[in-house]
Amino acid sequence: MRCLNTVIVLTVFLAGVAKAQQASSTPSQPALVAADNAALEQKVRDLEDRVVTLEGLVRQLQSQPAPGATAAAPAPSAPASQPAVPTEQGAAGALTTGNETVRLGGAGAAAAKALNPDISVIGDFIASGGHNPINPTPSFQMHESEVGLQAIVDPYARADFFISFGETGVNLEEGFITFTSLPQGFVAKVGKMRAAFGKVNTLHNHVLPWADRPLVTQNLVGGEDGINDAGISVQHIIPAPKNWFLEFTGQGFRGDSADVFTASNKNDLSAVGHLRAYKDLTDNSNLDLGVSYSRGHNLFGTNFITNLYGVDAAYRWKPLSRSIYRSFVARSEFIWRQQQQPGLFACSVITCPLNTAASFQRAFGFYASGDYQFARRWFVGARVDDSDRPFNAHLNDKGGSLVLTYWPSEFSQIRGQYRLTRYGENFDAHELFMQVQFALGAHGAHPF
Amino acid sequence: MKLHCKLYVLAILLLCLALFSPSLAEGKKLRVVTTLTDLASLTQEVGGDRIDVEALAKGYQDPHFVEPKPSFLLKLRNADLLISVGLDLEIGWLPPLITQSGNGRIQPGAPGYLDASQFTEILEIPQGKLTRAEGDVHPLGNPHYWLDPDNGRRIAKGIAAKLTEMDPGDQAYFQQREQDFEKRLAEADKKWLAQMAPYRGAKVVTYHRSWPNFAKHFGLDVVGYIEPRPGIPPTPSHTIEIVNLMKREKIKIELIEPYFDLKTPNSIASMTGGRVVVLMPSVGGKPEITDYFKLFDYDIGVLTKAFEETK
Repeated sequence: MRCLNTVIVLTVFLAGVAKAQQASSTPSQPALVAADNAALEQKVRDLEDRVVTLEGLVRQLQSQPAPGATAAAPAPSAPASQPAVPTEQGAAGALTTGNETVRLGGAGAAAAKALNPDISVIGDFIASGGHNPINPTPSFQMHESEVGLQAIVDPYARADFFISFGETGVNLEEGFITFTSLPQGFVAKVGKMRAAFGKVNTLHNHVLPWADRPLVTQNLVGGEDGINDAGISVQHIIPAPKNWFLEFTGQGFRGDSADVFTASNKNDLSAVGHLRAYKDLTDNSNLDLGVSYSRGHNLFGTNFITNLYGVDAAYRWKPLSRSIYRSFVARSEFIWRQQQQPGLFACSVITCPLNTAASFQRAFGFYASGDYQFARRWFVGARVDDSDRPFNAHLNDKGGSLVLTYWPSEFSQIRGQYRLTRYGENFDAHELFMQVQFALGAHGAHPF
Repeated sequence: MKLHCKLYVLAILLLCLALFSPSLAEGKKLRVVTTLTDLASLTQEVGGDRIDVEALAKGYQDPHFVEPKPSFLLKLRNADLLISVGLDLEIGWLPPLITQSGNGRIQPGAPGYLDASQFTEILEIPQGKLTRAEGDVHPLGNPHYWLDPDNGRRIAKGIAAKLTEMDPGDQAYFQQREQDFEKRLAEADKKWLAQMAPYRGAKVVTYHRSWPNFAKHFGLDVVGYIEPRPGIPPTPSHTIEIVNLMKREKIKIELIEPYFDLKTPNSIASMTGGRVVVLMPSVGGKPEITDYFKLFDYDIGVLTKAFEETK
């Protein structure tokens, strides 16, 4: 490193001398001097380029722990052979190390840290008011603290961990490796992940446009945790005409997800299939459609199957030249859940009408929502909810929400939500939520 | 049990597909995808008709906030080479696209991934401890480096080297085109510098920190920003500071990117008798800006006119 610095200083000095010479030469013989000048200019330019190239090399060699250290004290000499362009790691490195002078044994601390994953923490605080005995929420809760650890594993894969700390325990929300360099354009994931069933199921809390999840998710798709299980996922883009984007995702899981699937024995696997169709309607608007299917065994045992069918649609509008000020997203999901269950059970919970097959529940639910961004940091939204209960589809819950969201910056968010829920038991719950979210560390990708 | 078997069969089938399929046939033309239009223009200059190049973002949109649309995946999945600006400019949208592209050739670290920032002079690399209290800072330095023609030349050189590495047969072609580009750029730069010569050292304020490289090359002195911190929209108190600054220093020019709201800049202009100058940060910002040369032609044309009129 010291050697490199010396080289740079020398080159800069040479460039300086060249410039000085160029300035001091007097135009005694115009033609000759002009030619000389041109040659010198070229030389200076070349030297400058070489300096810049060296600077770039230094940036890479220093493995980007503390960008400030470029010219300052020489970093612990560790000739780390870094991948040429660790953009992602760079951010983490810079953010997590700062100017600390921690040494990790003999190896260069900076170099060791440079390979640390991107670390981020997202806090999610929710305050609620109102009375809801059916689905109670505390007055104040630190709903979730999600720690994200993300990095490139090797030239063939990257890995993402999202560890969610609730108020009472820790949960591995997701933890998976993504193989990015498979032949034929396949992308495979192995680990625990949110299943590709519809849209909301794939999203983490902090990227939802609401403080809660829609009723249909709560009732039919496992609530906040959703279909989230250990298994294997394979996705592939299917060539399609007319600039349609078609992608198929196939996933196989152990078969344990909230109240949706339960694996009573090792063979009770569950599967999820999702087909996504997307098209840019114009530069400013696009349409995103999907159909999903999921099948697995439910909590009544190996012989009882739950089938889930879903259709999702989203329309997005964002004028590109004013993309940070205005946008609109309309989204909706329709979900059907067919569940085999022992007839007796259902009828013991609530009396079954005479002519229904209580041992086979067909529940349906949907939500439809719209979110409009009316200023750089302000969003307003509304959502309509409707869903049957999974274990007794004769009970139907309905609801509606109004949402106002404010972003002080890209890294924090304050949201207010009014929610009315009319439960199947003929009970109305009026609730107010206030949510504060804040992010530390590496800059995560924006959701789409 | 049945389901179980099906899953196994599916997995095995997929594995077979993955393992035994022949690797993609080598295309005749290199397919290059760049994140921004400026890199696409520079690549076109060097690659000529031996390559196909496409940019993801539009020239008139904010490159920090591009949406990772699935339609971009259609371009990325077939790309041989992806050229990015780097320095975390695209961190909000490019990484998930690369991951989902299913294209091993353009993954970070693979030969088909090129971060153009390594070739260029980077300004505003933060010194010392960094926190987000300073706004949406770029810890690796200011990523708007392509707005200095000297960096344009260096990027072109870097791209030429990369194209040569990927397509050694066309080495002479790329080299010749790169040298030709360099020559034309040097001539154009002489013209631009001459146009800007009367205004060297002029003080300006800018909306976002997009112009340090441009200002350095053309001798402008950026003394203030309309954004109180990078990525934070203007606040009343900061706006008053800027108004006072502009009055005190007799600054007449505000440089704005086309994707920012003009309300605050306009009111500042009306209070100070200044002028809002919408400069294009990228090729394609206006329909007539079709390449890297026209980008500077346009910006310098607009800027010199504004200086002239506010003298």
